[in-house]
Amino acid sequence: MADLSAYRFTATHEWVLLEDGRATVGITDNAQSQLGDVIFVELPAAGTVVKAGAKFGAIESVKAASDLYAPVSGTVSQVNDALSAQPELVNREPYAGGWMIRLDGVSEGGVELLDEAAYEASTAG
Amino acid sequence: MVEFGGFDMPLMYSSIRDEHIAVRTDAGLFDLSHMGEVRLTGDGAEASVQRLLTNDVTGLRSGAALYSVMCNEKGGIVDDVVVYRDPGGYLIVVNAACRSKDVAWMRDHLDGTELDDLSDALALLAVQGPRAVEIVQCVAAVDVGTTDPFHFVDTEVGGVHAAVSRTGYTGEDGFELYVDADAAGSVWDVLRATGREFGMLPCGLGARDTLRLEAGLRLYGQDMDDATDPYSCGLGWTVKLAKGDFTGASALRALDPKHPPRRFIGLRLEGRAIARHGNSVIARGRDAGVVTSGTFSFTLGYGIATASVDPELSPDTPLMIDIRGSLAPAVRVPLPFYRRTKGA
Repeated sequence: MADLSAYRFTATHEWVLLEDGRATVGITDNAQSQLGDVIFVELPAAGTVVKAGAKFGAIESVKAASDLYAPVSGTVSQVNDALSAQPELVNREPYAGGWMIRLDGVSEGGVELLDEAAYEASTAG
Repeated sequence: MVEFGGFDMPLMYSSIRDEHIAVRTDAGLFDLSHMGEVRLTGDGAEASVQRLLTNDVTGLRSGAALYSVMCNEKGGIVDDVVVYRDPGGYLIVVNAACRSKDVAWMRDHLDGTELDDLSDALALLAVQGPRAVEIVQCVAAVDVGTTDPFHFVDTEVGGVHAAVSRTGYTGEDGFELYVDADAAGSVWDVLRATGREFGMLPCGLGARDTLRLEAGLRLYGQDMDDATDPYSCGLGWTVKLAKGDFTGASALRALDPKHPPRRFIGLRLEGRAIARHGNSVIARGRDAGVVTSGTFSFTLGYGIATASVDPELSPDTPLMIDIRGSLAPAVRVPLPFYRRTKGA
């Protein structure tokens, strides 16, 4: 298991890695496991402004479709294009190759960010 | 685990994709013990089955099976079933969620016939896929490879009495094995151990659904219900009006099989979005029908769906599916989406 000490988590099962005013966003291992085989990830174009707590995309598995919510506010600087050909990366490497968007000009606010222990506790039972 | 027809069942053991592909390339093992089995015996059994089902069982010999629907007086489908004939009578295999409704319905339409609901006493396991024959042959007491499709043989599997039927719900060759519920665990273990070297994976409800949909097989409660007539869901071939009177016959005679109230069609989605049960089908900006089943086809690599649409819709009308507010283009394609290469 990857070292997740720098990752922060949301109640809606996204993760965010914050570094120098920039952020990388994906969904948690728990989320991918609940969704099952991911078929399709719908992501915003670079340049899109996303707002903490607002929908930024959608993910579709064989079982269900779910919306993706931004853990922080910012401007999309990069989108993981590999997911269009290999959406299964979200299942295989949720915290690495399965990342979804990178944001610039990040600001926190409105969404509670949990550390790993608190997130694990929130999903238990 | 998910609740299905009153049973807790795994949606998947490993991954729906891996399980699906295993069945198409090697084999998969399914626990279908939730299915209901109703035995009909007695002097009046044949006449009762003829009256209950739309298909014609008069030519059905001992050892053979037949797919049919069972209709109400209005011609709506009470359930879709497989009926087996043996020397003692008939075994009708029904959907788990329909079991109590079906048993009550049958009891009301029997004459000179004994009904035994064996659903709790019988377990059902299935081995499906191109290597299913090799696997079951390793453990069955007779050469099951000589059993014809839609036929069964009474034999032993792993030392346990089993009715081994060459039927399935995946579009692949394979078998369904009816065994005593008490012995199901040991038969499962024997099949699982034997199948491992053939690449067989245990498969859950998720793969069962994606496989059956690729094969164009209907799911009761989703593709049809009490208000759907067989012609409107493409099952008119199970209706044998010439056999004489049966429940629902007069309502079905009033319909034109070539122009049913609804038309059941196959759709291929462009892009990777997945249509789901209940999504609207849009033609030239207006509502033209509803998606009955939809999934991503792992075999074909695109989204597929079946839909119940306005029968007046011309085949070349461009269609869109409203998927959570976005319109996804869809192309009408013939059913089934997937057909296995025979004799491979």
